[in-house]
Amino acid sequence: MIGEFFSSSPADRRLLPEGRFAGPMPWVIAIMMFLTILATASGLAVSSAARGMNADLAGKLTVQLIEPNPVTREAQTRAIIAELGKLSAVRAVTLVPPADMQALLDPWLGTDGLDPDLPLPAMIDVELAKTAPQDILSVSQAVTAASPRARVNENVKWLSPLSGLFDALTWLSVMLVVLMAGATIATVVLAARASLNTHRETIDVMHMLGATDVQVARLFQRRIALDALLGGGIGLLAALIVMLALSGRFAALGDGLAGSGQMLWWHWLLIVALPALGAVIATLAARITVVNALRKLL
Amino acid sequence: MATIVQFDNVGLRYGTGSETLIDLSFSLVKGHFYFLTGSSGAGKTSLLKLLYLAQRPSRGLIRLFGEDMVTMARDKLPAYRRRIGVVFQDFRLVPHLSAFDNVALPLRVAGFADKDVERPVTEMLRWVGLADRSSARPATLSGGEQQRVAIARAVIGRPDILLADEPTGNVDPEMAARLLYLFDSLNQLGTTVVVATHDMHLLTQIKGAQLMRLEQGRLNDPTGALRYPPKREGLE
Repeated sequence: MIGEFFSSSPADRRLLPEGRFAGPMPWVIAIMMFLTILATASGLAVSSAARGMNADLAGKLTVQLIEPNPVTREAQTRAIIAELGKLSAVRAVTLVPPADMQALLDPWLGTDGLDPDLPLPAMIDVELAKTAPQDILSVSQAVTAASPRARVNENVKWLSPLSGLFDALTWLSVMLVVLMAGATIATVVLAARASLNTHRETIDVMHMLGATDVQVARLFQRRIALDALLGGGIGLLAALIVMLALSGRFAALGDGLAGSGQMLWWHWLLIVALPALGAVIATLAARITVVNALRKLL
Repeated sequence: MATIVQFDNVGLRYGTGSETLIDLSFSLVKGHFYFLTGSSGAGKTSLLKLLYLAQRPSRGLIRLFGEDMVTMARDKLPAYRRRIGVVFQDFRLVPHLSAFDNVALPLRVAGFADKDVERPVTEMLRWVGLADRSSARPATLSGGEQQRVAIARAVIGRPDILLADEPTGNVDPEMAARLLYLFDSLNQLGTTVVVATHDMHLLTQIKGAQLMRLEQGRLNDPTGALRYPPKREGLE
């Protein structure tokens, strides 16, 4: 099958002289592949971060009780926790400890400790067994029954603008990859046409000697596949260097949101396979271009 | 006598111009030798183009090897082209291939493996006197040498029909005689040979060769020897 697709005998190769990197095509493909891989990696990382964020926040609620009187606040907090504990839809209820509250406020109030007179809201993390609207409603009702001043925040909704941004970035990456693939195909078509013109004499002779369109197209396919593979390899190498350099920067951000866009094993596999995929697309584009051009001959 | 080529009322027009070939009706018999003559512009090269399937006629019927070539699907034509050897007036050698590879091209196009190409090509190059120039590229060969490579390429596949456009135009008389002898030998082996030439001296060199004379796109066939459909006795 591959033998039929690519012409490989030394004599066939002599028919269209192949100078490695003689023309611009391998370099254009290298640039295209570099950008495609970066766009793909960005899309995968953002998509991974969005999935991770949604998984982290799905089914999680935060109850906020703003009550200036510490005694009342503590009593109502206990009542809320007790009410929530009765609900079968609730998997876990956790009062946010003062140390975590302190850590949250550190950036604004400093690390010297909170003023005991400063009234802080009580915060309760609630984890639901599943994210169903009626479960969220029952939690809201239970919380309101225990304390009318308490508010229930659905974490996913709170971060939905960010989730939407992640989705948009993922789709932007997909569009960039599609555009890049289109540009690569256009480059191959132009290169194949230019090559056809350059080798018109050889093609005419082969045609007169009884060569089929597929026989002639095979010569170009092989040449363009090699150019695409070489260009793709260079693009991959350059992209990997950039990605490794950037991964160090992301690692320095820690485990927060920015660091959650981790590349999975299959992401790496896809990225390494992109040059080969590019070569296959380039080969098919070359074949179709050459065969269509030859059809104009008798 | 088996007919290998039949033209019936064939006309050829390029674009919207007047007809280059007009009302050609003739048949060529398998194994015969034909000389195609005519002044410049008479249509010799156009007729050869129709014969080596580089062109379809504007009208009329052409049958080669018993098959209708006018309506034949395009993808079926390569198989028939492989049965036709052509020596082009301008040689049409592939400039970046050696003499060996140029001669080997028809065999490789036909799917011969490299090991099966070596011997016949070497023998053919020896036959045309170019054994020591097998690795030379066309640009380094003289006009006569290029012509011999073109002839070797045309005959290497033992074609059923050999078409040659002014094959002796660039060679000395001795080489011209050798080439004609090669054509004659092929003809003796059953190949139908059509040689387009201006050289009236050649016409006397092949015994039994028939003359096809084109005049302003029309075939002058006073004896009716080439006539198609054949003249039926008693009707005229």
